[in-house]
Amino acid sequence: MLHPSAHDLGPDQAIIELRNLTCGYGRDVVLNDVSLRIAEGDFVGLLGPSGSGKTTLLRALLGGTTVHSGEVAVYGRTLNGDVPRVGYVPQLETVDWNFPVTVEQVVMMGRAMEGGPFPWNRSADRDRAREILERLGIGDLAKRHIRQLSGGQQQRVFLARALISSPKLLLLDEPTAGVDIKTRDDLLHLLDELNHQGVTVIMTTHELNAVAAHLAWVVCINGEIVAEGAPSDVFTPEILKRTYGAEMPIIKYQGLTLVGEQPHTIGRHEGVHAAGDRRATARPKTGAGDV
Amino acid sequence: MFEPFQYEFFVRGLIAATMVGGLCGLLGVYIVLRRMSYIGHGLSHAIFGGAVVSFVMSFNFYIGASIWGFASALLINATTRRRPTIGADAAIGIITTASFALGVALISRTSTFTRSFDAALFGNILAVDNRDLYAIAAVAGFTIIAVFFSYRQLLFTTFDPDVARYYGVPTGWIDTLFSLILAAVVVVSLQVMGATLIAAAIVVPPIVARLLTDSFHRMVAISTGLGAFCGLAGIWISYFIDVSSGASIVLLATAFFGAAMLYASVRDRLANAVPTAARG
Repeated sequence: MLHPSAHDLGPDQAIIELRNLTCGYGRDVVLNDVSLRIAEGDFVGLLGPSGSGKTTLLRALLGGTTVHSGEVAVYGRTLNGDVPRVGYVPQLETVDWNFPVTVEQVVMMGRAMEGGPFPWNRSADRDRAREILERLGIGDLAKRHIRQLSGGQQQRVFLARALISSPKLLLLDEPTAGVDIKTRDDLLHLLDELNHQGVTVIMTTHELNAVAAHLAWVVCINGEIVAEGAPSDVFTPEILKRTYGAEMPIIKYQGLTLVGEQPHTIGRHEGVHAAGDRRATARPKTGAGDV
Repeated sequence: MFEPFQYEFFVRGLIAATMVGGLCGLLGVYIVLRRMSYIGHGLSHAIFGGAVVSFVMSFNFYIGASIWGFASALLINATTRRRPTIGADAAIGIITTASFALGVALISRTSTFTRSFDAALFGNILAVDNRDLYAIAAVAGFTIIAVFFSYRQLLFTTFDPDVARYYGVPTGWIDTLFSLILAAVVVVSLQVMGATLIAAAIVVPPIVARLLTDSFHRMVAISTGLGAFCGLAGIWISYFIDVSSGASIVLLATAFFGAAMLYASVRDRLANAVPTAARG
């Protein structure tokens, strides 16, 4: 659901500030001269094609990139090789699913630095982990191995690990990748709920329409920031073409701005005529008719 | 049955093998899960180079070989991190064989070289003296304390080093500490297992434990216990069947591996017969 943007920034209200940041890995530059300000309470989607620098931007906020010029400030502190304490959910494809850990053990990793010097968990941390797992709807899976879960449940486990230290800022790298529509919507509603409770959420995603339906602010990236704003302002054919390098039709539907797909019709028509299938010739040229 | 216990050398060997087996089993968990199984084999050969250098320079074997092994382990970590395109296995292969080759080159160049390195290569439990026992006990004590107090950070770093760093875990320090412990364990294990058999002592117990459990905590406990048991029982069996102690320990551990494979196959077959919640 859409809610009023908290993005209206006064001069000193940004909790994240990138100032003319050029960064990457080693000598390779991925993001060039990026300036961005994000306010407390924002729910921001980072959009762009694969390799555009979405994940790099998230890692820049975590102090995980090589800064060539410019600077990154999180909560007013300029990062200088250090890591700010925020909640971070990595891409699930980077996880070793055969590693012998249960759901509970993964969640407790979020307290690796604060949970005391001993190998066992403090009872307060265990209670907190149970509470979060219950809240995320996977309380009964605490003793399961992570491989035994569905994609949506796995995503929630790593969200729980990020939430156990009650962060005010949550960074998620493609949380909607590889899950079905229902799971994706449930997850976005969950993030929306956390955002309403005061957590600032920044996520990368490829799901343009899910972003349009759930997020108040989006940033389009392609090696640099192409545009930022509300989805209704940013989702224009021009901006999307500059971001993705492809024609993408825009559809207005029940107050939402949605992005259609450009069907690849030439080959199909040729094939269709050859096969003499008349039904396929009625296929619309744009995705507009699909809505 | 208790006849060999009347011999002091046997008791010393038994204590040494039990401690070394447990240590290798404990560290092996982290090594196997980091997919660096070859490091035990490689590092034991690298340390052979360090042992030769220590001898040539009239330096204490334990200190010289440990420093050499530590430096090799650090170099492997640094190479893998700085150049991810070189996999850990290739880095281990290059650095440790180069170190081993250096040892061989030094032996062939030194005409006065008289010391036998058979024990370092194949292990000689009968030659374990009190000094070796103290060295093993010191390394065991240090390892247990270090793993105990860095258990959570070590687990997170092993599971996902990149993300662990973002959660504030000092992964660089954790890796350095782990390299130090690993080098020390391999050095004190040389006398008991020999460079050629250490790899099995490091890899087999954690693999058996992994087949038996999906919990990290239980895997640590099973692997350490099994390593210690194989050390103890392997030495005891070797006395009666008159085979090399290192080979006896490794063959016993391998028998456990075969049994665990069989158990896991039967368990999985039974589990698959009952429909369970599958991944979506």
